[in-house]
Amino acid sequence: MTGSDPKASRPGFVRRAWGFLLELLDVLIKPSTVLGLGVLVIAGFVAGIIFWGGFNTALEVTNTEKFCTSCHEMRDNVFSELKSTIHFTNRSGVRATCPDCHVPHNWTDKIARKMQASQEVWGKLFGYIDTREKFLDKRLELALHEWARFKANDSLECRNCHSADSMDLTKQSPRAAVAHERYLFTGQKTCIDCHKGIAHHLPDMRGVPGWQ
Amino acid sequence: MIRKTVILLLATAIAAATGALAAETLESGLRGSTPLNDEGAAAPMTPMRNTAEKEVRNYPEQPPVIPHSIDGYQIDLRSNKCLSCHARARTAESQAPMVSITHFMDRDGQFLASISPRRFFCTECHVPQSVATPPVSNDFVDIDTMLNRAAPGGRR
Repeated sequence: MTGSDPKASRPGFVRRAWGFLLELLDVLIKPSTVLGLGVLVIAGFVAGIIFWGGFNTALEVTNTEKFCTSCHEMRDNVFSELKSTIHFTNRSGVRATCPDCHVPHNWTDKIARKMQASQEVWGKLFGYIDTREKFLDKRLELALHEWARFKANDSLECRNCHSADSMDLTKQSPRAAVAHERYLFTGQKTCIDCHKGIAHHLPDMRGVPGWQ
Repeated sequence: MIRKTVILLLATAIAAATGALAAETLESGLRGSTPLNDEGAAAPMTPMRNTAEKEVRNYPEQPPVIPHSIDGYQIDLRSNKCLSCHARARTAESQAPMVSITHFMDRDGQFLASISPRRFFCTECHVPQSVATPPVSNDFVDIDTMLNRAAPGGRR
């Protein structure tokens, strides 16, 4: 291709990249002449296990209380507020950690939420809520996002543990029994409609329906 | 000589008395048997009364007590959990008693559109009740009983 004058006849970057891609495709679709089929299949299988396992392990690492609270935005604001609630300590010692409520449990929704959360990495890098004051200013907006998510999936993350079918009304306080019977069992309301602010402090609630 | 004997006797008496006092365990309804110079073990916390049934007022001006648990209820400048049931607009859904109309009045007796800021913090007057048995009993007598006693032929 390059003739007597390499400077003049050297093709542009796009053309060279395209040429490289075509060459690569050529290698990929041609049968291997050196490695046996078995070797290729086994190598592919092992590589698959390593990549998929690694991906899932990394995913699960980002799904732990320790990971979430490694940022001071979470540790000093929402996590410190969680500590005094029943979802942190209680008589039976079951703790709901951050991802139990804030990350969907089934795989597809989890991946979708994780992709959404890349925006939060952006927020972290640019100090979106890196002081208590900034956090309090944004608190209503952030809470509205979570409430909308819970409302849209019918409080799925609550229901991963709290099933309406398993509720024993006789073991509940009279007020709770009446409210659940009237609004939860009839499907008129979902958990988050009444149980806002049970794990973290509430933002300024003026203008939020049902609040003053 | 006599003076010395008196001082000696006095000293012995004081020593004996303090010894006896220190040896004696004090049994008090409030303190239990903890010695006065020690801090007793904290009594276990008792649960809140949670019947959701109205309780009688001991005198007409008494702020009604809260007949249910209010654990974790947030009442601050940002939000008031009590009002999410007891506010005027919420009472149909919650079937909770509405906040008294007196709470809408400002200090000049003018009615405002919503709860007056000076009446916003519910737990300044209204409190939940614990199921503990009081160590010291209360002999409060309400006005009806008192009037009944004073009436001619009334039981005293």
